Amino acid sequence: MAARVLACAPCHGAEGEGTSDAYFPRLAGKPAGYLYNQLIAFRDGRRKYPPMNYLLEFQTDDYLKKIAEYFASLRPAFPPPVPPVDSKEILARGESIVKNGDAQHGIPPCSACHGQTLGGMEPGIPGLLGLRAAYISGQLGGWRYGTRTAFAPDCMQIVAGLLTEDDVKAVAAYLSSRPAPADPSFAPRGSLPMPLECGSEPH
Amino acid sequence: MSRISTGLLAGLMLVLSPIATSAQQPADPAVIAKGEYLARAGDCIACHTAREGKTFAGGLPMKTPFGTLYTSNITPDPQTGIGTWTSDQFYQMMHSGRFPDGGLVYPAMPFASYTKVTREDSDAIYAYLRTVTPVKQLNKPHDLTFPFNNRSLILGWRTLFFREGEFKPDPTKSAEWNRGNYLVEGLGHCGMCHTPINALGGSKQSQAFEGGLIPMQNWYAPSLTSNKETGLGDWTIEEIVDYLRKGVSAKGAVYGPMAEVVYNSLQYLNDDDVRAMAVYLKGLAQGGPPEKASTSLPSAESSLLLSLGKSIYDRDCASCHGATGQGMPPDYPPLAGNQSIQMVSSVNPVRMVLNGGYPPGTSGNPTPHGMPPFAQKLSDDEVAAVVTYIRTAWGNRGEPVSARQANELRAATLN
Ligand code: HEC
Ligand code: HEC
Ligand code: HEC
Ligand code: HEC
Ligand code: HEC
Repeated sequence: MAARVLACAPCHGAEGEGTSDAYFPRLAGKPAGYLYNQLIAFRDGRRKYPPMNYLLEFQTDDYLKKIAEYFASLRPAFPPPVPPVDSKEILARGESIVKNGDAQHGIPPCSACHGQTLGGMEPGIPGLLGLRAAYISGQLGGWRYGTRTAFAPDCMQIVAGLLTEDDVKAVAAYLSSRPAPADPSFAPRGSLPMPLECGSEPH
Repeated sequence: MSRISTGLLAGLMLVLSPIATSAQQPADPAVIAKGEYLARAGDCIACHTAREGKTFAGGLPMKTPFGTLYTSNITPDPQTGIGTWTSDQFYQMMHSGRFPDGGLVYPAMPFASYTKVTREDSDAIYAYLRTVTPVKQLNKPHDLTFPFNNRSLILGWRTLFFREGEFKPDPTKSAEWNRGNYLVEGLGHCGMCHTPINALGGSKQSQAFEGGLIPMQNWYAPSLTSNKETGLGDWTIEEIVDYLRKGVSAKGAVYGPMAEVVYNSLQYLNDDDVRAMAVYLKGLAQGGPPEKASTSLPSAESSLLLSLGKSIYDRDCASCHGATGQGMPPDYPPLAGNQSIQMVSSVNPVRMVLNGGYPPGTSGNPTPHGMPPFAQKLSDDEVAAVVTYIRTAWGNRGEPVSARQANELRAATLN
C-alpha cells in the first residue's frame, strides 16, 4: 500500500503524518470509517479540494476503503503542539465550548460526540487533537460556506453554523494547543450521548 | 459474454429493415442484457448521470465554448424522462439526431457517431433503458450564449459535419476488423475527442482520429492512427487491449479524460470486442504527414533547461519512472518512447506534472499506483525544464516547453 499512495505523500507525508503546511491534515490513526467517508466525499465532489477531487475521481469504493484502512493503521509520532499565541481568555473560551458547549446559543459540547478525551468515536467521528488551528478553522468555515458537507443529516454543519467567528478562533486555538495522545484510542461505537443525529455516524 | 458478441456480430451482418415495435411490448431478457452491454459501449451513463445524481436521470453540466448544456433524463419516467417514446422515436434520436417532434438535437449528444448503430442494437438499448428505475426529474434548460441558443444553427452544423447512415461492413476486411470499426466509429464515439475539433464544434472528418485538443478541458487526445511517430504503430494488440480494458499497459497508462472512458465504459466490454477495437485502431492509416513542431526555443536556452530538467528528474521522478525513463510497467508507465508525451502539443505532460494522477480503478487493475502532483513543489521554470527533459531525453523527439506554457496550465480546471 505504501507505494500505491505515494501520490498523497507530498501533502500528507509519507506515513500520513502531515506536512509543515498547516492546511494539509494528518491522516494517520484517524478512524478508518471516518477516512473512508472523506475519501468518498472527495471522489463524489461533496467535499471540495480540486487536487484531491481530481486524484480520486475514478477509484472504486473497495480501493478507497483499503486506502482508509491503511492510513488508519499508521502511528507516526505527532509533532509537539505549537505554543499558543492567543490570550488566556481566548483559550479559556475555547476550552469551555469544547467541554461544556454554550447553552445560551444552543451550542452542544464538542466532547459529546468527539469524546471526553477528544479522541473520537468509532466508526465515523474523528479525534480533534493533533490538528492545527488553521486547519480546524478552515474546516469549520468549509461547513459554514458549503464546500464541505458530510452525509445527511450533517450535524457538523449545524454545529459550525452556531459558532461565531470568535468562537471558531477560540476553539481552534484551544484544540491546537493541546498535546495529542501518542496512541489514539477511540470511544466505542454508540458510547457517547450525541446531542444531534449525524449521517456519518449512524446509530 | 461470447454468446452476446456472436449474437451482435450476426445482427451486424444482416441488412435489417426497420420494424416498428410497440412501446409496451415486454422485451426478451437476452435483448435487455445485450442492450445494457451496448449502453456501456456507448458510455451513456457518463453523460446522462450527474455526480451523485440518479443513474440516467441526466442533469450533468457539459461546458462548451458556447455555454453550458445539461444532459437529459433518459429513464422511463413518462413525464420527465423518455417513458412515452417508441422504439422508432428512439432510433430517430440515435440515427438522425432528431427529437420525436422533429426538433434538432445538439451534437454534444454524439448522434454523429451513433448514427452508425444498427436498428437492432438501437432497439436493444431502448429495451434496456425501459427497465431502469424511472426517475422524476425535469430536464434543466441549457444555458447557451446568443446565437448558439438558437437550435436552427444546428442545421448548418449538420450540413457541414453530419453524415447520417448505419454502419456498412467492408466485405474485404475480417469480421473482427468490422466489429472494431463499428464499435470505435459508432457506439464508442472515440472520434468525438480523438479527431481535431474546429471552431464550429464539429469533428473534422478529413483528419479523423489524428488527434485533437479537447476544448474547455485542456487535454490533448492523441492520434490513434497507425503512424509510427504519433500513433499506435508501435503498440502490440495485447498492449492496446490492456490499455483500453485495464487502464494500464506496457506502453503507457490511461490519464485525463480517457480515464473516464475506461472507468465507465471500456472495462466492461468483453475481450473479443476490445480486441476487435484494437485490431481496427492498429489498421487506421494516417492521412497526411503529422504536424510539424512549431515552438522552438533558442538552443542556448534549451540546453540550460535540459540540465536543470535532468537534475529535477533524477530527484523527483526517477524513483518511479526509472533513471532512463524505462518505468516499471504496469505500475509506473515508461516515459522513454512514450508518444503520448512527445506530441506537438505539450499539454498532457505539463498537466501530468502539475496535477499528478491515478489510472482508473478497473476490474483488471483495481488498486492502481498514483503519481503525486508537483504544482506546489515546482516553479514554472522547473516544470518547463523537467517536461522539456522528458520530451527530449532517451531518444524522445518532443519539442522544448516554455515556462509560460507551464504557467498557463496551472489554471486549467481539474474536474
Ligand atoms: C495537493 C495536496 C494533496 C494531495 C496530493 C492529497 N491531499 Fe488529501 N487533503 C489535502 C488537503 C488540503 C485536505 C483538506 C481539504 C479540505 O479543506 O477539506 C485534504 C484532506 C484529506 C482527507 C480528509 C482528512 C480529514 O481529517 O478530514 C483525506 C482522508 C485525504 N486528504 C486523503 C488523501 C489521499 C488518500 C491522497 C492520495 C490519494 C491525498 N489525500 C492526496 C491535500 C492533498
Ligand atoms: C452531534 C455530534 C457532533 C458534535 C456535537 C460535534 N461534532 Fe465535530 N464532527 C462530528 C462528525 C460526525 C464529524 C465527521 C463528519 C464527516 O464525516 O465529515 C465531525 C468532524 C469534525 C471536524 C473535522 C475533523 C477533521 O479531521 O477534518 C472538526 C474540526 C470538528 N468536527 C469540530 C467540532 C467542534 C469544534 C465541535 C464543538 C463546537 C464539534 N465538532 C461538535 C460530530 C460532532
Ligand atoms: C458526450 C455526452 C453524451 C453521451 C455519451 C450520450 N449522450 Fe445522450 N444526450 C446528451 C446531451 C447533451 C443531450 C441533450 C441534447 C439536446 O438537448 O439537444 C442528450 C440527449 C439524449 C436524448 C434525448 C432525451 C430527451 O428527452 O430530450 C436521448 C434519448 C439520449 N441522449 C440517449 C442517449 C443514449 C442511449 C446514449 C448512449 C448510447 C447517450 N445518449 C449518450 C449527451 C450525451
Ligand atoms: C472524453 C474524450 C475521449 C474519448 C471519448 C476517448 N478518448 Fe482516448 N484519449 C483521450 C485523451 C485525453 C487521451 C490522452 C491520455 C492518455 O494517453 O491516457 C486518450 C488516449 C487514448 C489512447 C492512448 C494513445 C497513446 O498514444 O497513448 C488510446 C489507445 C485511446 N485513447 C483510445 C480511445 C478509444 C478506442 C476510444 C473510444 C472507445 C476513446 N479513446 C475515446 C480522450 C478521449
Ligand atoms: C510515486 C511515483 C511517481 C513519481 C514520483 C512520478 N510519477 Fe509520473 N506517473 C506515475 C504513475 C502511477 C503514472 C500514471 C498516472 C495516470 O495514469 O494517471 C504516471 C504518469 C506520468 C506521465 C504520463 C505518461 C503515461 O503514459 O501515463 C508523465 C508524463 C509523468 N508521469 C511524468 C512524471 C514526471 C516528469 C515526474 C517528476 C516530476 C513524475 N512523473 C514523477 C508515477 C510517478
